[in-house]
Amino acid sequence: MRGTVERIYQAENRRVLATLIRLLGDFDLAEEALHDAFMAALKQWPDDGIPDNPRAWLVSAGRFKAIDQIRRRSRHHDAVADMATEALIDEDAIADDTDHSIDDDPLRLIFTCCHPSLARQAQLALTLREVCGLRTEEVARAFLTKTPTIAQRIVRAKTKIRDAGIPYEVPERSELPQRLDSVLAVIYLLFNEGYAPSEGDDLTRPDLAEEAIRLGRMLADLLPEPEVLGLLALMLLHHSRRPARADANGDLIRLEDQDRSLWTRALIDEGCALVPRALSPNGIGPYALQAAIAALHAEAETFSDTDWAQIVGLYEALYRLSPTPVIALNRAVALGMSQGAAAGLAAIDALMSDEALQHYHLTHAARADFCRQLGRTEDARRAYQRALTLTALVPEQRFLQRQLASLGR
Amino acid sequence: MQYLALVYYSEAKMAELTTDDWDALNRECIACGEDLTANGQMLDGRPLMPTDTATTVRVRDGKVTVTDGPFAETREQLAGFYLLEARDLNQAIQLASKIPPARYGSVEVRPVRELKSEGNEPYSGLGSNL
Repeated sequence: MRGTVERIYQAENRRVLATLIRLLGDFDLAEEALHDAFMAALKQWPDDGIPDNPRAWLVSAGRFKAIDQIRRRSRHHDAVADMATEALIDEDAIADDTDHSIDDDPLRLIFTCCHPSLARQAQLALTLREVCGLRTEEVARAFLTKTPTIAQRIVRAKTKIRDAGIPYEVPERSELPQRLDSVLAVIYLLFNEGYAPSEGDDLTRPDLAEEAIRLGRMLADLLPEPEVLGLLALMLLHHSRRPARADANGDLIRLEDQDRSLWTRALIDEGCALVPRALSPNGIGPYALQAAIAALHAEAETFSDTDWAQIVGLYEALYRLSPTPVIALNRAVALGMSQGAAAGLAAIDALMSDEALQHYHLTHAARADFCRQLGRTEDARRAYQRALTLTALVPEQRFLQRQLASLGR
Repeated sequence: MQYLALVYYSEAKMAELTTDDWDALNRECIACGEDLTANGQMLDGRPLMPTDTATTVRVRDGKVTVTDGPFAETREQLAGFYLLEARDLNQAIQLASKIPPARYGSVEVRPVRELKSEGNEPYSGLGSNL
């Protein structure tokens, strides 16, 4: 029985918390209430049986526990507590809660945590903590930061949400584009931290990537905007390659060397089906373009079947939308694949004045590959060595060392 | 909730406007203020004289020091304020985005703090001690 209660709790607790935060307007009180509701479930469900709607039961139990809590505190701060209690026991207001609004609560919580008046780092920390339910220590590990730093960032963000009056709502349609940008960026950052951690021994953190995909699906259900579908498609298509990206030793396998039969077919099908819907005629966004690129890779039966010419075109469009150094680099690499190593090398060399790219290991790794193809072994060796000094990810270092070794002496 | 919308812009940049453009912007600000007031969303607001008319007052250890000019040299200077009544930060941001000089400089939105004689929470701007 205890196991059953715990399983139901695991499945429902993030949604229950989101609803309690909306009802109580206070993150900390809601977390306490959630904990109390779980304790009550452990006590009562074995005797009374599992309720028909465990989520509603937990919300209701949490709400009453919070009322008790506020009443206990109200001996100290009367006026505020009385108001909060009145709002909480206002049955009419609670009765307005249709199932639909409870379903939307996690989304409201994402929009609250990703409010543009919070710093990007705080948005991500708060989303991981409150929406994904990661412990503060886990959030700190994901960021390679000390736990007290993250804890402080989260406390400050919660304080700002309360004091500045950041509402707990999905914003109005007219405000959506800017707010949605933040939400999509945070989900994508989360996915990338799972897909390609910035440091450490492991090549992937599938738990973070899967949580990002779960959030993406939820967002796509509730707001099927083209860029939301584009981001979801992009994440699904990248994630489909996970089983093929590392060998038994945890070593990195490049796209060209991957065993494509290991790619997860269901994720590819789901992602590819979303791409046409993401490529909206009223303006194509950056996630949709990246998803279209990922779909071309996914659909190629072998690396040499890849439609590089079309990928170059998509990167050009992407660069026009968001002219970042990394996109310029990807475009240069695609050009080399499409038109030959000499064209690729020339395109990369043309980018070498960019300081960010000079310090990016993949610039040098890509340059090294083209040099090697052109028989310029010494240049390739120097470029691999430069790349090696610039990456902190252990499997990537091993990969570069193998490349260096394969050049011979 | 009440929010103070502090309007900042680069005085040097504004000085480059022609008289006609400057008049047009001022007329727009008057209309904006009238709209907000009519909706009950603006409680008060005033434009300020340029920063070279400013004096900064500080009290340290009971001693008053008065210095010339605004408190810091920045690219943009405080130009005026709107005291707004808004449901929450989202509405305050929406109202602030209608303030015409938002196009030239920036509008800082700050919730108004209630001044109480007791029961004040520690000043959170300094970060809580964890």
